[in-house]
Amino acid sequence: MWFDYLIYVFLGVGVFFNLLAGVGLLRFPDVYTRLHAGTKCTTFGSIFIVGSVILLGLKMWIFDTNPAVNSPDVLAIHAAIALVAILLTNPTGAHALARAAHRSGVKPAQAIVDDLDKKTVKKKKTSKKGEK
Amino acid sequence: MIEIPTVYLAVLAALFLSVLMAMIRVIKGPTAPDRIVGLDTINTIVIVGMVIFGFAVKSVIYIDVAIVYAFLSFISTLFIAKYLEGGEF
Repeated sequence: MWFDYLIYVFLGVGVFFNLLAGVGLLRFPDVYTRLHAGTKCTTFGSIFIVGSVILLGLKMWIFDTNPAVNSPDVLAIHAAIALVAILLTNPTGAHALARAAHRSGVKPAQAIVDDLDKKTVKKKKTSKKGEK
Repeated sequence: MIEIPTVYLAVLAALFLSVLMAMIRVIKGPTAPDRIVGLDTINTIVIVGMVIFGFAVKSVIYIDVAIVYAFLSFISTLFIAKYLEGGEF
């Protein structure tokens, strides 16, 4: 049935992008590019893998008269909640990490001009003067 | 004996390979943010692996554990980022 092949394609795409995340973590030169690989690729891959689980649960719930899982609708809904949790938390954590890395003084590799540098330095100086 | 279909076993093996590559980055990362990026990646891949495993062994409880694990890893990542930034809580 074509629905099973669709699910296999979803699993394949998700696994491919998760492997790309690992390769990118190993190969990229500095923190920001590694963050790019390690966060975006895993978010995209987990959308497809968890999506295939949701599709399988919905298929069992609708079409199968005697499903293999006890309650496939509950399984699909919980997998959807897990997907929403990943989608909410993963980019937010990546943003916080990039901001923390820049504030703690890690420079991008091979960077000539850092546009964010002046702004953060200005902010720090004014806040210190304001506190004193 | 737990019986897992071969497709899901292959998917779990590939995810484990990705976790291994991220773990190499955690071990030899030059700076502290590198290690935290590796840990964040490992967390996300473990969540996906939990969902796949919970479907493969046909029990919903693993997916519930994955939801809680997602929010706990998010909070830990935020706190580590705040610590690296040097701010006050």
